[in-house]
Amino acid sequence: MVSSAVSDSSTSDSSPDQTPLSRAVLESPDIHRALTRIAHEILERTKGADGVVLLGIPTRGATLARRLGDRIERFEGVKIPVGSIDITMYRDDLRLRPARPLGHTELPPDGIDGRIVVLVDDVLYSGRTVRAALDALNDLGRPTAVQLATLVDRGHRELPIRADYVGKNLPTAKSEKVKVYLQETDGRDAVLLMKEDAK
Amino acid sequence: MNRHLISAGDLGKDDALLILDTAEELARVSERSIKKLPTLRGRTVVNLFFEDSTRTRISFEAAAKRLSADVINFSAKGSSVSKGESLKDTALTLEAMGADAVVIRHGASGAPHRLANWVHGSVVNAGDGTHEHPTQALLDAFSMRRRLGGLDGRKVTIVGDVLHSRVARSNVLLLATLGADVTLVAPPTLLPVSIDTWPCAVSYDLDAVLPKSDVVMMLRVQKERMNAAYFPSEREYSRRYGLDRDRFAKMPDEAIVMHPGPMNRGMEIAAEVADSPRSTIVEQVANGVTIRMAVLYLLLGGETS
Repeated sequence: MVSSAVSDSSTSDSSPDQTPLSRAVLESPDIHRALTRIAHEILERTKGADGVVLLGIPTRGATLARRLGDRIERFEGVKIPVGSIDITMYRDDLRLRPARPLGHTELPPDGIDGRIVVLVDDVLYSGRTVRAALDALNDLGRPTAVQLATLVDRGHRELPIRADYVGKNLPTAKSEKVKVYLQETDGRDAVLLMKEDAK
Repeated sequence: MNRHLISAGDLGKDDALLILDTAEELARVSERSIKKLPTLRGRTVVNLFFEDSTRTRISFEAAAKRLSADVINFSAKGSSVSKGESLKDTALTLEAMGADAVVIRHGASGAPHRLANWVHGSVVNAGDGTHEHPTQALLDAFSMRRRLGGLDGRKVTIVGDVLHSRVARSNVLLLATLGADVTLVAPPTLLPVSIDTWPCAVSYDLDAVLPKSDVVMMLRVQKERMNAAYFPSEREYSRRYGLDRDRFAKMPDEAIVMHPGPMNRGMEIAAEVADSPRSTIVEQVANGVTIRMAVLYLLLGGETS
């Protein structure tokens, strides 16, 4: 089920139709509240976000990382470096599908050596994306610590990986799909849970 | 994307842009301290070079190694080819060794096309006779795009020995696909007879074309392929078609100078022009590795059955 975990977080379908087969589990205000809470939690756990770098996994993780960075700046007046880390070249399922286009990797100018890196993704599922991100980080520098923030944790881990900051724990069946829509890329904020045969 | 890269003309606009965009992301790998990606671990790339080449072979080798592929270099000198082995038998040998991709440079136009029918892996044309050199065209387009922003509507002038140049043909095909306006400038003796079927304009007057060019690409005069007198003397060629300081001054201020290398300094290009900040000649070499990484990734990175 690796590939379906991938499509969950990287789908670009717009116009999410509400059908009996799909329901919104998070609406725009819920997403805003969840991100606000995660921003506070990051500040709390890292004692003021000193030395923190937020790295989002494209596409929607990168958007979420920017939103978290904006919130932290608003709450505490500190501007923390925000970037993105593409994991395509590190995937373990590359050979299952035709070669994919690459996402954008943008590291902060000061790099990640000696920093606390908070990886940000939209959906945590099998954990394979996060494993790939850890491998990619390994080639980019040596952070003092790596933490993980995710908007939705839907369970069904296939690797020993857990999130440090979770927007919502969402019990799902493996046959279901979770789709995240964000204003910046999809024109609205929502998280949808869909039955397998939903189009 | 097709399974092979034989001709720049096989690339549609979407394919070409995908390669350029992929290269744009991969360019950052060359700036990292660890210049390596695990993507092609366990894949084997064979460099099959029947003609001398330093920069193209090294460039493909570096690209494959940065993607963690295993690289086997096969040069015709000192191999079984000098004992009379045919291209087909060589290909079958490589096939039996499990090559996932064969990068071929051959003196005969069409050799990569033949090879593609004999092997199961991907075939990448690294220059065949006077026919094509698609990765050179891709790296040239990539270099232009990085300097100029976009290629649509840009005026590209390619000057020199078009007749013997696989670089010119591949560039004309790719640049036409990407929406640039190409003008070839050469003595009539150094243009192929079929030139009117190419998607480009032709001129014999370099001085008239230079002020309207965004890019001027100088081609090497390929003496080793010249078996007849194509022009009276090197000095006369240089006077009429060489890019010297005076001609360089006629170009628009933002226009760039390119050369696929190796250069004949003082012949088709003056040393001070080649070394000017508006020359992309050194960048082209670095971009070559990047664009070949993109090509190998897109051909071999996904499922290849």
